[in-house]
Amino acid sequence: MIDLIIHMSIYILMPPLLFGIINKTKAYLAGRKGAPLLQPYYDLIRLFKKKMVISGTTTWVFYAGPIVTFISVMVAGLLMPLGQSQAVISFTGDFILFAYLFGLARFFTTIAAMDTGSAFEGMGAAREMTFSAITEPGLFFAFLVFVKLSGSMSLTVMLQRNLYGIINQNGFAPIVMVIIGLAIILLAENSRMPVDDPNTHLELTMIHEVMVLDHSGPLLGLIQYAANVKFFILSSFLCTIILPTFTSDGGLSWVGFLIGIILIAVGVGIVESIMARLRMSRVTVLLFSAFLLCGSALIIFVR
Amino acid sequence: MHSHQSFINIKNGKPIDLNKIPLLEEKAFMEAIKQSIGEGKRVSSYFACSSKEQGFLKLYAVLLDDENQQFMVTQTKINSDKFTSLATVCPQLQLFEREIAEQYGCIPVGHPWLKPVRYHHSWTDQDAWNRKEEEAILPGVGDYFKIEGDQVHEVAVGPVHAGVIEPGHFRFQCQGEEVLHLEIALGYQHRGIEKALIGRPDKKTRHYMDVLAGDTTIGHCLTYCQNIEGLMSTEISERSKVLRGIALELERMANHVGDLGSLANDIGYLPTASFCGRIRGEWLNLTALITGNRFGRNFLIPGGTSYDLTKDQIVVMLNKIKLLEKETEDAISLLWDNQSVLARFEEAGILSRKQGEELGLVGVAARATGLGRDIRTTMPSGVYKKMPISIRTAESGDVYARAYVRGLEIKTSVEFIKKALGELLKNAPNKASQIVSSDSIKANSFIVTVNEGWRGEICHVAITDNEGKFERYKIVDPSFHNWMGVAVALRNEEISDFPICNKSFNLSYCGHDL
Repeated sequence: MIDLIIHMSIYILMPPLLFGIINKTKAYLAGRKGAPLLQPYYDLIRLFKKKMVISGTTTWVFYAGPIVTFISVMVAGLLMPLGQSQAVISFTGDFILFAYLFGLARFFTTIAAMDTGSAFEGMGAAREMTFSAITEPGLFFAFLVFVKLSGSMSLTVMLQRNLYGIINQNGFAPIVMVIIGLAIILLAENSRMPVDDPNTHLELTMIHEVMVLDHSGPLLGLIQYAANVKFFILSSFLCTIILPTFTSDGGLSWVGFLIGIILIAVGVGIVESIMARLRMSRVTVLLFSAFLLCGSALIIFVR
Repeated sequence: MHSHQSFINIKNGKPIDLNKIPLLEEKAFMEAIKQSIGEGKRVSSYFACSSKEQGFLKLYAVLLDDENQQFMVTQTKINSDKFTSLATVCPQLQLFEREIAEQYGCIPVGHPWLKPVRYHHSWTDQDAWNRKEEEAILPGVGDYFKIEGDQVHEVAVGPVHAGVIEPGHFRFQCQGEEVLHLEIALGYQHRGIEKALIGRPDKKTRHYMDVLAGDTTIGHCLTYCQNIEGLMSTEISERSKVLRGIALELERMANHVGDLGSLANDIGYLPTASFCGRIRGEWLNLTALITGNRFGRNFLIPGGTSYDLTKDQIVVMLNKIKLLEKETEDAISLLWDNQSVLARFEEAGILSRKQGEELGLVGVAARATGLGRDIRTTMPSGVYKKMPISIRTAESGDVYARAYVRGLEIKTSVEFIKKALGELLKNAPNKASQIVSSDSIKANSFIVTVNEGWRGEICHVAITDNEGKFERYKIVDPSFHNWMGVAVALRNEEISDFPICNKSFNLSYCGHDL
């Protein structure tokens, strides 16, 4: 019971902090002081206090977009184990639901964008769909690798099995391939650099941000919170795989998980600081490499 | 030689009598321009001026002959309702012809895309588009080139932009991510400066020059002052010339550094973006050290400069520059060392040398295509005669080339500023003193002055009447030549690369709109 309370508190409260950490890391590396660590929380509070400006050309779809996205992402998160703590909901084949909840969220974000009739948002929707068509199979290949390794079709068992125990010497390289592939998918799915620039003001270059340009106030708050949660979920996915079970102590394993996930945020901040964004036509090359890395890893394990 | 009779050759900033300019028949005038441009001359200015005869306009062409370091000027008399367009044979004239049509309601017959330039009412009682006088004219409203097709979509950007930039409207015709055509509509910042200058100069005039283009205060003021000094036959002190050169180069430094920072920002490369943002401010502060204003407003006056530098100030500046030079160099070299940055800059927004010639590009954009166009070297005035500057060029004509040329020019300018300050130090006065002279302005004269502002060639032409007042004062900001370059560079480019292409030119909206 206590574990569940900790699990849910971390799940609900922590996601915005990761964005604060990324921004702080970027500021530090650029020689700036940067916004406060808790700025993402302040932003959310500010947005939820605001009124909304709604374009006259939009329909109910425009409202449905952020709400469905928010709910799907939140439910998807319940299927994901956090470190050594098992997922809140867990059943055989839950990883398929997990992947398609993300798909559902994406579908509603894009049709809400199309609903505005703006040329910018249509462009963003087209980009989002194109890129996700490459990342989604990559994600599935990664899942299948863990299905194969653990012999289970449930996320908690799949991810929490200590990989370092299962794999022998020959399995090390393909696991590294999956981890690299997942890291790329993490950046792409969360519209981080080098795929997308979350800080840019240039609509013509955006992918995710441009789809939510017309949203404001609480709806925008929901979108941003959902984006924070999505980043948190995928980071804990990565963290759970990389971080081995080093202790049976519940408290210590939570500390380990938190450190791991913060390190991932710092890592993302470092990547964003040291490289420029990719040219749009080159993004597919990067995403295909993630797809191929996860796919080849699966082939190696199945062989 | 044909061209000898058609044109009079004049030097930068040297006035001539109006009646010395050959007056050609319209046909001969057009032929002469066509031929000279074919021979590699380029258009510095092309404008109309009201004529004393009812129903006629004067048309002036100022061509620049880079090779022989002189201007070629000619004029003709045209009917006030139409003249022959050369835009299809000499694309660099197209915007000038549209401008004439808009200002005087005189139609360039055969112009392929006759649209307003700045969306204002005509200065005369006739309008090229038959718009009524009481009818409000909205900038950017009108026909745009359209492409039809299943997969073609149109993207309209601006006039209000997300960043802190000036207003301008960009209309893209795209197929997927690819831009097939870009049309740019400006005029939102039109303030009617050229019209207001007719009948001057007076005390206000210099202040107009200060804000023609807010980031090119020194460039435009310098050109104006040299025009007035030429018309007054005033020779300014050597010291003033050096001070003016320093101010012009400081303006270049601040803007080039700022541009490279913004380019880095647009591709999400944070280190250079953050460093350059700060360093640009430091260079601006050096201008403030001389003039009390970061953009050098009110610094230049006909006859010299408003302020001088004391010995102490010079020493302070030299020390600061020593520090800044290294910081600037470090921040910029990060760009050239990073693969991911180069991958974005290279092969984006390419303009070939030939396109550069045809469009009549000037400044950084021209030098990035390999064209050796730099007024400081080809037609030097003031301090540049004594302290020559070498032209920095690149060959590839892409965003990288435009950025790299800026990087090279930053080095040249720092060297120049240090040397010039050293000159001043040799006989620095302890107290700041003013150097002004006055005389009366020559009547019935024609003068053209060009300078290399940080963006490129700034051209001012003054024509005076019987009383020495401006009958016409024609201003050409480098942006006026280069905007078409942005549109052409975007063809078949990814639309998501528009921001960096645009920023690599960094043209002025208000300098264009006047």
